[in-house]
Amino acid sequence: MIRVRDVLISAALLLLGRRRPSIPVEEDPGDPRAELVVAGLLGLTTCAAIGFIVAYALDPSTQLLGLSLGLAFIFLAAALVVTAHRLVVNEELEDDYPPEEHTAEQEEVVQLVEEPGERLTRRRLLKLGVLGAGGTLGLALATPVLSLGHFLDTKAYLVTPWRRGRRLVDENGRPWRASDIEERTFYTAFPEGGDNEEIAAPVVLVRLKPGDLRLPATLRGYDAGGIVAYSKICTHAGCAISLYRTPLFDRADPTPALVCPCHYSTFDPASGGTVTFGPAGRALPMLPIEVDARGHLRAKGNFDGPVGPSWWGVRIWRPER
Amino acid sequence: MIRKTVRWLDQRSGTAPFLRKSLRYLFPDHWSFLLGEIALYAFVVLVATGIYLTLFFVDSSSQTVYRGPYAPLHGQRMSEAYESVVNISTTVKAGLLIRQTHHWAADVFAGAIILHLFRVFFTGAYRKPRELTYIIGITILALTLFEAYIGYSMVDDLLSGMGLAIGWSVGMAIPFVGANLMSVLFEGAFPGGQSLWPRMYIVHVFILPVLIGTLLVAHLTLVALRHHTQFKGKRETERRIVGMPAWPAQVPRSVALAFATVGVLFLLGGLVQINPIWLWGPYHTYLSTNGAQPDWYLGWLIGALRMVPSFDITIDGYTLVPNPFWGGIAFPTLVIGFVYLWPWLERRINGDDAFHNVLDRPRDAPLRTALGVGAATTVGVTLLAGSADRADDLFGLSYNGQLWFYRVAFFVLPVLFGVIAYRLCNALVAGERVEADRKRAEEEARATR
Repeated sequence: MIRVRDVLISAALLLLGRRRPSIPVEEDPGDPRAELVVAGLLGLTTCAAIGFIVAYALDPSTQLLGLSLGLAFIFLAAALVVTAHRLVVNEELEDDYPPEEHTAEQEEVVQLVEEPGERLTRRRLLKLGVLGAGGTLGLALATPVLSLGHFLDTKAYLVTPWRRGRRLVDENGRPWRASDIEERTFYTAFPEGGDNEEIAAPVVLVRLKPGDLRLPATLRGYDAGGIVAYSKICTHAGCAISLYRTPLFDRADPTPALVCPCHYSTFDPASGGTVTFGPAGRALPMLPIEVDARGHLRAKGNFDGPVGPSWWGVRIWRPER
Repeated sequence: MIRKTVRWLDQRSGTAPFLRKSLRYLFPDHWSFLLGEIALYAFVVLVATGIYLTLFFVDSSSQTVYRGPYAPLHGQRMSEAYESVVNISTTVKAGLLIRQTHHWAADVFAGAIILHLFRVFFTGAYRKPRELTYIIGITILALTLFEAYIGYSMVDDLLSGMGLAIGWSVGMAIPFVGANLMSVLFEGAFPGGQSLWPRMYIVHVFILPVLIGTLLVAHLTLVALRHHTQFKGKRETERRIVGMPAWPAQVPRSVALAFATVGVLFLLGGLVQINPIWLWGPYHTYLSTNGAQPDWYLGWLIGALRMVPSFDITIDGYTLVPNPFWGGIAFPTLVIGFVYLWPWLERRINGDDAFHNVLDRPRDAPLRTALGVGAATTVGVTLLAGSADRADDLFGLSYNGQLWFYRVAFFVLPVLFGVIAYRLCNALVAGERVEADRKRAEEEARATR
């Protein structure tokens, strides 16, 4: 069988060779010039490789290192391209595709697999047993995965560091005074003595004209004389809201808006952080604040809803105090 | 020398017949068959450069204060992970070269796989008997996107932290159990517990690379077992394969391509800056930056997330489907699901259950081409929508206006382009038929004269 194929292949080769005169069949004179080119390219590879080592020792700038190492490989590739095109015999061959299938062997496999099973009398019982054992054992093995975190406890999403009376401070712990907060810009505030990295910690502060505020009834009194505080974490995908569009921004709606730069969810600080554009599905959680006797901003309580992106219970449960 | 080696090997492994066959394995000659090879070589570069990077990377989110030589970051609070990557980029000799080459290789790897997928899809190479090869390939692509995402999330610079927050929120958006699942994965609420970084690390440097590598081997083995497909020619048929033998013709070509890929990646890594994390600064939950873009292969997902209008689906106060579900889970599942199931859908449509070794040209299968163009357009529109903020910045086009355009285009353009592709295919085939008829008529006329 193999011999027959070999004969066929050599016959095909002969035919091919006759049709394509470019293929050297006999008295191959070689290609000494191409060999020279390959040797030259290999020499360049060597130079570039040495260049890399020298560069590493003397001036390890990323550019020089990348250039020398990259060129070394490029020269090597070029040497091989010349080899492939000029130095080796490039002839197209023909062959059979492998057989589509082996029906006899398939049948044998089926018989071999099924044979021992034919002696069984209580097949369904055994099947049930295997299923039960396998399933429960799989479950047992998967159980320790629960140790990775608190699967059933979603309280972590409701914890915030905000308490009544807690002062609002800046990144370095300096308390914000109401008089620090100007219109047309925004400020980031944290709970005094808290962990700034916590997702419920950062709030964004902006001052609006008290007459412009249109807070819904449930949020009445959350502002401190026109200063409003919202969670800085976007309710869409958890990024920090770090754009404040004020009337100075002329290309869009001229009302002030808090914008998240991840997906451009746009919130209206005047109406309780409602969504005016973009994908966010919930208003920003608002933090009730007041000005104390020394002019510092303090929290009057907790956010009116959970901080961060939406999940199953986000509209049901309130932040923990 | 060679005789000795072959003999030694054969006596110990009995593989001489296999070697002989391998040397005469035939590679049909077409440039588009090399796309998959480029992906393979990029993977090798990823593993090699990745191993080097693990020798310096610190998988910890513990906060520290930077005291290294890069002045602009002096005194800043940052995670040990971010600090270690800043060190790789500044103080480790050749560290930045390897890091940038690793990043470039990831971009090229994903790109080569996607182009390879286009070739396989539009030529019908996935058809029987190669469906298994195909779904393994798609799985590699899906895992690669995930692997790349974790890779740049681990750096903990400002950009990657924003990406991680988005990933967490998308996970939270899984109906019913999202919050529970994310609590398990992140060890609590975002930004996660102490174990988060070691977890991402083991997934990025071990679990996913081993999975991808294993699937790669399976993919290549299946390709070899069934042999390459080929385009139709005079001698190329469903039963006969025509091509260059592995030895001596194909091996130097493939190795040349491997070295060229490696060379280009090192040139890119050395000369073209990518992800200069020392400029982004460290991530903190309360920080973000405008104009943020992910690597290109995830741009379609950020576009999809941005395009969805404002709504959460609620039921009796409970939030059934949070908004990021649509762009972050439903859309990619639909796209990848379509790609996975297409071979079986096509069989359902045209009832073609035959073995295929000869490829179609896109015009030969108008419906497949039209659907493929439609699917690609859908993804393309979201990719463009993801860059609307840049267009706003560069060309002064209103972001909100652009988004409304893309929201409409998402539904209109795929249909439009699909129909155009369908008609184009038919027109091309009809043109060929006319040409063939003309030739035959001319020959007949010449014969009768």
